[in-house]
Amino acid sequence: MKAIAWHGKHDVRVDNVDDPEILNPRDAIIRVTSTAICGSDLHLYDGYIPTMKSGDILGHEFMGEVVETGAKSTLKKGQRVVVPFTISCGSCYHCGKHQYSACDNGLPADNQDIAQTLYGQPMSGLFGYSHMTGGYAGGQAEYVRVPFSDVGPIVVPDGVDDEKVLFLSDILPTGWMAAENAEIEPGDIVAVWGCGPVGLFAVQSAFLMGAERVIAIDHFPNRLALAKRFGAETINYEETAVYDALMQMTGGIGPDACIDSVGLEAHGFFGDNVIDQIKVSTFLGTDRAHANRQAILACRKGGRVSMPAVYGGFVDKWPLGAFMEKGLTLKTGQTHVQHYMPGLLAAIMEGKIDTTFLISHRMALEEGPQGYKMFHDDQDNVTKVVLKPGTA
Amino acid sequence: MASDDAPKSASRDGDAPIARAVTINRPRAELYAYWRDFAKLATFMENVERIEVIDEKRSHWVVKAPAGSTVEWDAIVTEDDPGALIAWVSGDGADVPNSGRVEFRDAGQRGTVVTATIDYDPPAGIVGKVIAKLFQREPAIQARRDLRRFKQLMETGEIATGARNRREHEERDA
Ligand SMILES: NC(=O)c1ccc[n+]([C@@H]2O[C@H](COP(=O)([O-])OP(=O)(O)OC[C@H]3O[C@@H](n4cnc5c(N)ncnc54)[C@H](O)[C@@H]3O)[C@@H](O)[C@H]2O)c1
Ligand SMILES: [Zn+2]
Ligand SMILES: [Zn+2]
Repeated sequence: MKAIAWHGKHDVRVDNVDDPEILNPRDAIIRVTSTAICGSDLHLYDGYIPTMKSGDILGHEFMGEVVETGAKSTLKKGQRVVVPFTISCGSCYHCGKHQYSACDNGLPADNQDIAQTLYGQPMSGLFGYSHMTGGYAGGQAEYVRVPFSDVGPIVVPDGVDDEKVLFLSDILPTGWMAAENAEIEPGDIVAVWGCGPVGLFAVQSAFLMGAERVIAIDHFPNRLALAKRFGAETINYEETAVYDALMQMTGGIGPDACIDSVGLEAHGFFGDNVIDQIKVSTFLGTDRAHANRQAILACRKGGRVSMPAVYGGFVDKWPLGAFMEKGLTLKTGQTHVQHYMPGLLAAIMEGKIDTTFLISHRMALEEGPQGYKMFHDDQDNVTKVVLKPGTA
Repeated sequence: MASDDAPKSASRDGDAPIARAVTINRPRAELYAYWRDFAKLATFMENVERIEVIDEKRSHWVVKAPAGSTVEWDAIVTEDDPGALIAWVSGDGADVPNSGRVEFRDAGQRGTVVTATIDYDPPAGIVGKVIAKLFQREPAIQARRDLRRFKQLMETGEIATGARNRREHEERDA
């Protein structure tokens, strides 16, 4: 089959590889019909993520048709499914609490050591995202082996366009959980840093949860315009002093809830090269860590900070004092995708959430390498690239 | 002797036995029953090539050693408390004298805490060194990984693999 494989920094290729097979009873094989390139994939593209091996197949946002099932899969051939990016067993203590991204059993035993050392406990597996997250082949391919297919993938009704439901795999639940973690109360003013896909879905979700006003912050005019389309007021941090603007826009109180959907580019899933990382964040990445500091300083006293953005290692000069003195609450985590999928599928079907607005480019799988380059070079105009296998 | 309540195996003393605990979301009777059928242990113990059950108390273990060789011993059950505890010790003439115990303790809504303790006594000399490397430095890691696989098998009915297909699975296993 054809697949987008990683071969090094800024080097992804269309490789011909042998097909996936059923290995465990709960597996299914999916023929991919749509797969997206994610902002998180750019961390891999930029070579920031350790434990990548040449030839690793990328992609964690995908959907398709069931073509083969293991003895214990509950899926049926021919069903269309969206697959969550988190690989979770559904039967451990954490899955029982719907904390799917904290699943004990998603990672192969030998791959758990790194996370155990780095974070104290291993996390769930992820598709197409280095060997530290399980070394699972990703969805930017014609076929994928999907473990725990009886609890992960959600079946979508016939006749619903791929593009409406594809983002159930990651960024829609992520934006939704970000807003949920912000514990929004009716009448709240919510500030969202970063108008990438996650931030834009957080804006929509915040309004659905009763926010009276949402203030969106970024520097890309096109992305800010999308936030405005959903009713947000905007701040362009290149033209405006963000803290001053937020204080004036909230009458000096500060937003009730702040959502950091920026993330620290260089801190994807780091850990082993902490020194490098601090250097990078000091000389290059300060803008990005800055968003999190800014959120804590701007947030109203007793307010909530939600952090869907990915941080992997250590951050320098984090305002712990302000955080404590103001009595803030911080909630974060990789998304518990399986928990949110059914409710969000219903919201899409009822027309409450718009997802297709995000897609700026549609390409054949074979054009994946160009897709990566475009997404990397022009974030303002390229909001989301969707690859379609079998359309070249 | 430590003055606190922590398990001995967490001591900073280098001679402390290797012990690992894992919580498994299944009843302890079920976990005990799987473990007590020694022939099945090779399913999740990576270094174990096979275990032949000789009788109620005795089993013969064939364990992978460096350079494609194997080491062997008979294990004799010394304590057996159904649903709670199994302890064993290797018999005379073992290539690598060892002993171990596994305990199953109720953990309420979390299931069962399984604690495995393993003690190896590798022979002296050059070969001993190689074996020591395999069994004395690695056992902590090995025990932890084996217990994770046991947990996966009991909780999910399978052992997780990141491989794409059989070819890759064999490559990663090697
Ligand atoms: N928690 C999860 O499970 C999960 C899932 C998906 C993505 N993520 C993470 O969420 C984050 C956002 O994802 P995305 O796909 O939207 O990424 P993205 O890179 O497309 O968007 C980030 C946006 O932040 C803006 N930005 C940069 N610096 C800023 C600053 N100082 N102030 C305000 N805005 C700033 C950028 O211009 C960009 O538009 C990433 O860290 C990603 O890894 C987390
Ligand atoms: Zn993603
Ligand atoms: Zn689980």
